[in-house]
Amino acid sequence: MSATLATPQRYFELALRLAGQILLWVVSGLGLLFLYLPIFILVLYSFNTSRVNAVWRGFTWDWYRNLFADVVVRDGGANILVWEALQNSLVVGTISTLIATVMGTAIGLAMERFRFRGRSGLEALLFLPIVIPDITMGISLLVFFSLSFQLIEQLTGLRLVLGLPTVIAGHVAFNISYVAVVVRARIAELDPSLEEAALDLGANEWHTFRRITLPLIAPGILSAALLAFTLSLDDFVITFFTAGVGSTTLPVFVYGMIKTAVTPEINAISTLMLLASLGIVLSSLALQRR
Amino acid sequence: MKFQLRRQLNLLLLLLPGAAWLGIFFVIPLAIVLLYSFLERGTYGGVEWQFTGRNYERLLDPIYWGVFWQSLRLALFTTLACLLVGYPLAYFTATRSARWRNLLLLLIIIPFWTNFLVRIYAWVILLRNEGVINTLLQSLQIIQEPLDLLFNPFAVAVGLVYGYLPFMVLPLYANIERLDFSLLEAAQDLGANDLRTFWRIVLPLTRRGIIAGCLLVFIPAVGEFITPDILGGAKTLMMGNLVQNQFFLARNWPFGSVLSIAMMALIIVPILIYFRVSEQATQPKLD
Repeated sequence: MSATLATPQRYFELALRLAGQILLWVVSGLGLLFLYLPIFILVLYSFNTSRVNAVWRGFTWDWYRNLFADVVVRDGGANILVWEALQNSLVVGTISTLIATVMGTAIGLAMERFRFRGRSGLEALLFLPIVIPDITMGISLLVFFSLSFQLIEQLTGLRLVLGLPTVIAGHVAFNISYVAVVVRARIAELDPSLEEAALDLGANEWHTFRRITLPLIAPGILSAALLAFTLSLDDFVITFFTAGVGSTTLPVFVYGMIKTAVTPEINAISTLMLLASLGIVLSSLALQRR
Repeated sequence: MKFQLRRQLNLLLLLLPGAAWLGIFFVIPLAIVLLYSFLERGTYGGVEWQFTGRNYERLLDPIYWGVFWQSLRLALFTTLACLLVGYPLAYFTATRSARWRNLLLLLIIIPFWTNFLVRIYAWVILLRNEGVINTLLQSLQIIQEPLDLLFNPFAVAVGLVYGYLPFMVLPLYANIERLDFSLLEAAQDLGANDLRTFWRIVLPLTRRGIIAGCLLVFIPAVGEFITPDILGGAKTLMMGNLVQNQFFLARNWPFGSVLSIAMMALIIVPILIYFRVSEQATQPKLD
């Protein structure tokens, strides 16, 4: 019917459709350009010979060489090299991911397979570390460690200081929530009758978990662990407040570089970190495909 | 009976480690912050164990109101800008063919997984006096002297939008992708034009994605500290910077605690809405 209608309205509708499509393409294109142009320029200038400004003066690997050889950042009383910061990051990332994955998976399992009092309270508690500002969590951990170290010193004479263990404790605290949420979503998709069948056939709960539940949710646990590892490697704010002498991680190292001066070596380390995240995204996608 | 007991034990074993960790390293620390906000400051950081309400009175100082307002304004602007760019981008992505959709989605996810500090720093390269934009404009003879693009609220706003855009696009995409497009056809068949279809059908049906996206941007943006620290310099402060100053420079832990509680108060309403929305989202609904 509309095809036979008088034309002015028809033109209006077509113009509207065209305008909508143009708007959609232009805004999306500009949005993607906005997301990628700064990253692209950062990578490009990590190879620029000019040290002082943004004029292109030719290709060089110098900044990468300097980064690993000369660049130091103050860490407590001493200087620290990028290698040591990377090592700290990997230690913190690995240990906190392992702990958070085990604890978060257990909580996810309990939330989805059990009914108990305080379940909705726990649900709210799990959401809080995700939504609370990082800085609030950071300062609360700082305050907590300083107070409890004071108490421990008064009671036992033992003098504890901030370091890798305190950083790890903080990272586990925010990662438990992320792992629990991801794993729980995976368990929710699972057909409970599979587990019931195993139990009916005489398997005990532990066997049912080992042979049925765990293999089925393994991809979910892996992608949760990957997320936890990434969040731990990326975290700056909480680490900043809980790190002490000798526990500078890679993001804290980069922050130290940025605060000291704008140098091409920062572009170099940023490019390397970009590549690392790209690798992690692609492996996480490969996991999801399976 | 024995089965019941064992099940109770299993539940305890599953819950206890994680819940204890969260209790010790999350709940107790927050409680201490609340406690400290009522204590006198110590000389070199820390506190004196004397109760007072004075720390809260200091909040009334107009200096702090200025920073609160700045944080709120920047976070609201960021949310709106992310929505205006993010909605078309999410819609565009969701309506492409499978191949293009996956590629576009990958392009949106990559920044999401990339280090925040690095992404914010990229704007220093662009905006500083010797940066890419100023160098380009000068070599084109458009300007003689470099423009002051860095260390102002504008730079912070750009950085925030850049940092949080993926947080807006992803929940919107998830929502739009599940949209039943036959409803759109039905509206068109009944004579609605595109604008009307969008306004009356698409927008209401993607309301949940819009709310989730806005909250995921607004909540962390209000509490930001890195972006204003790097792009705002000493002049453009947000609440997160005030908190950090009180702990590291002024060494006034009680007032720092008060400020971070005030920051929490600002986002408590959005957080409650977020709980409700995600609760609805996790309950499967037949509609």
